[in-house]
Amino acid sequence: MYEEIIKRKNEIIKKAVGIDYSKFEIEGIAFDYERMMKEVSYTFDEIKKIQSETQVGNTPLVELKNLTKLVRMYSKKGKGARIFLKDESANPSGSFKDRRASVSVYHAKTHGYKGVIAATSGNYGAAVASQAAKYNLRAIIVQETFDSKHIGQPEILEKGRACEAYGAEVVQLTVGPELFYYTLKLLDETGFFDASLYTPFGIAGVETLGYEVAMQVKERFGKFPDAVVITHAGGGNVTGTARGLKMAGAVETKVIGASVDLRGLHMASDHDFNRKSFTTGHTGFGIPFAAYPDRVDVPRNAARSLRYLDRYVLVTQGEVFFTTEALAQVEGMMRGPAGNTSLAAAIAIAKEMNEDEILVVQETEYTGAGKLPSAQLTFAKKMGITVKNGDSLKEDVPGKVIAIPESIDQIGVIEYPLESLKRSYVKEAIKIYDKKDFSDTEIEFMAKDTKSTFEEVKERLEVLK
Amino acid sequence: MIDVAKKGEWVKIHDVILNPSDRAPSLPDDTKQVPLEMWVNGFLNHDANIGEKVEITTLSGRKVEGILVEVNPRYTHDFGEPLPELLKIGPTLKSILEKRDA
Repeated sequence: MYEEIIKRKNEIIKKAVGIDYSKFEIEGIAFDYERMMKEVSYTFDEIKKIQSETQVGNTPLVELKNLTKLVRMYSKKGKGARIFLKDESANPSGSFKDRRASVSVYHAKTHGYKGVIAATSGNYGAAVASQAAKYNLRAIIVQETFDSKHIGQPEILEKGRACEAYGAEVVQLTVGPELFYYTLKLLDETGFFDASLYTPFGIAGVETLGYEVAMQVKERFGKFPDAVVITHAGGGNVTGTARGLKMAGAVETKVIGASVDLRGLHMASDHDFNRKSFTTGHTGFGIPFAAYPDRVDVPRNAARSLRYLDRYVLVTQGEVFFTTEALAQVEGMMRGPAGNTSLAAAIAIAKEMNEDEILVVQETEYTGAGKLPSAQLTFAKKMGITVKNGDSLKEDVPGKVIAIPESIDQIGVIEYPLESLKRSYVKEAIKIYDKKDFSDTEIEFMAKDTKSTFEEVKERLEVLK
Repeated sequence: MIDVAKKGEWVKIHDVILNPSDRAPSLPDDTKQVPLEMWVNGFLNHDANIGEKVEITTLSGRKVEGILVEVNPRYTHDFGEPLPELLKIGPTLKSILEKRDA
């Protein structure tokens, strides 16, 4: 059964997403990304209309005045940028994922599909379920929820509850990449639309977020934000937001990705699964998806973060818990963990920036049972993880120790050199395409795909030969 | 816990999707040794006892078979316990702000 379904993968996907990816292929690794984005999806104005009709987007941009004050107390004179937060939890299902789901589900409805399916353990499930409810479509969300002892990750259990609350069927699986196999099986069985996170629909839906950030800052301050920090996982958040910023004209705005540092924990390990206190926005997605975007469930991933990233930083688990607590206690905003990954990074980055500069954290998410730091840390302790106060950057060990800072001056970032990701990209390309010599067309594509020059890609290839 | 379920009741079923030997290649060793399991909720299509093979109709309208494991399945996640490691963060930050504003 497994082999049979996997063999029919391309046929099943083609029917379930209705996209003929082959027409964008150029040669080997090269394909026409911009043409795919333009031809497959909807225009920016159409997307704005689709989203406004389902109450998605136009979320408030809030200045974090107390956090900014605190940051300045620990910064050098004249330093400490103003920090703003885009309150994406104001979307119908409580996260920016509504933007991604809105376009996919609209497309499914207008193309006659009876339902939608998404494989996700994240907020995207609730977003798809919520949008499906609005369009009177059926929905199935496939989640990786339990380890082999049937212990569920609290945040994923909560996301499953949310999906059911919006009327979706939730398929809960144990750990393993075969979630993809089971999703294919369901697509084949039901004929529903594949609301993959990585189609042009899902990415175009996030462009409005970047656009809004740029325009909201411009309207208030007469200039675009100096930098935007984006929680980075599969790449859709970075890609969509960055594209939206550029559409608004904010071409000088620095695009900074931030992930929780969970390096060393295996994504498909039954043992490691419940030793991760974060289910998304972490290095387990951030690094491999940047280095090889097409690893996803569709032939060509529309989320290509290396095209847009100017900087990539990591924060520790402890720092994100500290930041989540701080956001509630001094800003009066109780929000979920994922957006606070970029906020933790922003606290550190704001210290380096000038007082008159503007730094935007572009997402928040809803929180509650299973998602709160208290829920995650109680669970972590049960799983044998040491939770303590301390210097997080030195003492936090993914899967073993969560060290929560005691003071805001202990918040810092770990720089992850983009050059290292770009080298991994080339390395993956060599592996996947099973060759070391790429044509000029392919090298040109790789250059664009990694925001590099032709010569830089050539040099990376040479080193690896 | 209720052992008997009536037709139409909201229940949870369990099924093994892939046995260890049928799992995908290149899994880490710990995952390779265990089956891929599934749980799904739905309305029971006939009277049954816990532990019996049953058929349900899910919220998407699918009919799915599996072993009946729970009637009126409860959400078990919660808010967790108060954590000493977190409790001091708020008061500390607030007092710093108070001093600064004074």
